[in-house]
Amino acid sequence: MMRESVLAIWNYCERALDTLFGGALNPLRHLGALAFLFFWLLALSGVYLYAVLDTSVEGAYRSIEDLSRNQWWFGGLLRSLHRYAADAFVLVTGLHLVREWLLGHFRGFRRYSWLTGVPLLVFAYICGVGGFWLKWDQVGQFSAIATAEQLDWLPIFNSPFTRNFLSNEAVSDRLFSLFVFVHIGVSLLLLFLAWFHVQRISRAEMLPSRPLAIGASATLLLLALLVPVMSQGPADLSVAQGTIAIDWLLLFIHPLMYATSPGWVWALSAGALLLLFALPFATRSRRPLVARVDADNCSGCRQCFDDCPYAAITMLPHPDGKPGKEIALVHDDLCASCGICTGACPPSTPFRSAEPLTTGIDMPQMPIGALRERLEARLAALQSERRIVVFGCDCGARVSAMESSDVAAFSLLCTGMLPPSFIEYALRCGATGVVVTGCRESGCEFRLGNRWTDERLRGVRKPRLRSRVPRERLRVVWADRGDEDSLQAALCALRELPAPLVAAPIRRRRRGM
Amino acid sequence: MTKTFSWIGQVLLYAMFAAVIGVFTRWPPYQHLPADHALIKLSFIHHGQRLQECQKLSPEELAKLPPNMRAPLSCPRERSPITVEVDIDGAVAFRQTAQPSGLSRDGAASVYQRIEVPAGTHRLDVRLRDSARTEGFDFERNEVLDLKPAQILVIDFNAEKGGITLQ
Repeated sequence: MMRESVLAIWNYCERALDTLFGGALNPLRHLGALAFLFFWLLALSGVYLYAVLDTSVEGAYRSIEDLSRNQWWFGGLLRSLHRYAADAFVLVTGLHLVREWLLGHFRGFRRYSWLTGVPLLVFAYICGVGGFWLKWDQVGQFSAIATAEQLDWLPIFNSPFTRNFLSNEAVSDRLFSLFVFVHIGVSLLLLFLAWFHVQRISRAEMLPSRPLAIGASATLLLLALLVPVMSQGPADLSVAQGTIAIDWLLLFIHPLMYATSPGWVWALSAGALLLLFALPFATRSRRPLVARVDADNCSGCRQCFDDCPYAAITMLPHPDGKPGKEIALVHDDLCASCGICTGACPPSTPFRSAEPLTTGIDMPQMPIGALRERLEARLAALQSERRIVVFGCDCGARVSAMESSDVAAFSLLCTGMLPPSFIEYALRCGATGVVVTGCRESGCEFRLGNRWTDERLRGVRKPRLRSRVPRERLRVVWADRGDEDSLQAALCALRELPAPLVAAPIRRRRRGM
Repeated sequence: MTKTFSWIGQVLLYAMFAAVIGVFTRWPPYQHLPADHALIKLSFIHHGQRLQECQKLSPEELAKLPPNMRAPLSCPRERSPITVEVDIDGAVAFRQTAQPSGLSRDGAASVYQRIEVPAGTHRLDVRLRDSARTEGFDFERNEVLDLKPAQILVIDFNAEKGGITLQ
């Protein structure tokens, strides 16, 4: 219940930003990619900072402070960028987690990505906090001692970790080796784990689109220039910090610990992590049927292999034994049941004479042959002069609401399941216009469904919509739930097409024309 | 016109993003210790005395042992827990009994505690008991100290320096 209420607010914000940015540039639709961008900014700026950092008790503060005061135009700027990129990373990672939870992206075939994403939060926290210790100013001192006090609550250290910070003499240069490992070593582990996180996603968005990347990077750079990050006096273990300016986005856990207790913070952190880990197992939903391969119709063309958004298909030698011929193999546990593979499969064309129509890879719950039969039957049943066919998906705008005396609507598992030839087939079977709809740009429930459909209809991806199909009689509308008005507008436009245009037969175009 | 609005909107959103980061990286300031307070850190890591005394083995007892284990003294490994008490201005500020570490309870016991006190002159009484075989405290230190605001006073134990140390 709470999730649905928050989801409604989230969707409202996402749509509001769609109007400003468009789907491709909407930051809320590319939070994971933005997190990667900020990680790379951290890595690039970090390389320079590490090169100039003096990893000793005496030199750490001085080397970083020199950078900010005597080389503010480069080193200082990079230092500020490094910090702000870390904050931005935490912010977008948190939002990414919230978004995926709201959308229910933790169950079924997405379980792996969820379970490998949760530990990233821990690693990100460790890296972020470790960075403050390296500059060894008052905030670094505060954070190091607070972390030591928190760790000492666990009965794992023979000698309390806090004893390393009892006096200035107790802190040794060797301790900085540990700091370096915590900050850089764990960052590398974070990257390694992030690789696992995107393992089961084909064409993972490792960076946002160029305008979004430039916008986000320029924002941080400008912030670094206008509000540079400065140290707050060198660490002095004989003096306690009174009032300090801390980075709440990265160090929030320390004040929380002092306001409560280390045990409470451990319980809260462990509880939150357990809850996140348990989430995919807490809700059991019936697993939808997965794609099935028909060896007689699979030619091994690899189009389903290329188009599958979740790398659920691999290619094996075909059982008919012809040299070089392959067959698709669906991995049930990875399959999202989106049907995008069916839309990509060349034998899915309804122009084939096979009865019933069978294809190389099909969805048992919505076979392509049944779709052709339903299309023919519904078109025959429409009595109006203008007959419009709407192809949509179960996740986008409700196409069933468009059903009327002149409209036949078909809701597919995903719009990417639609072979483009069905549009031509509908027009040849008497439809005067076709509307193709699906989730908003960059908002496809199955990641790539609307992108592949768009490319297929534009003729830049196989299977292509043939050029002979009159584009005036086709409308493509990317609309989420609640955007049904835009579908209605497309239907109105098709109803008002001039009669000669609607009546014109679809002719084969001559080659070379 | 729509494009202009879109550009303005994007700039505003990026500015908002920068503002959130810019503000929460330094505001609100966090008061870790009240301005007129000092901090006492009590930190001990100390091996307590053996729980039982070493016993000299008789020749008969030694004979029962394998030849390579015939040490004349048998010393039980287990150590005594450590009890620490800190009184500030006559009132108990902290009291804890720490168990020795290790599965055989033969390691050092450790204690760590932060005690915030108002700056100024205080009478400090620190007591440590490290033997379960004797009654009362084995080490004691009583001092009158003038603590400045934000000063950190570390109470430690160092047997070579005579027991309880203040630094």
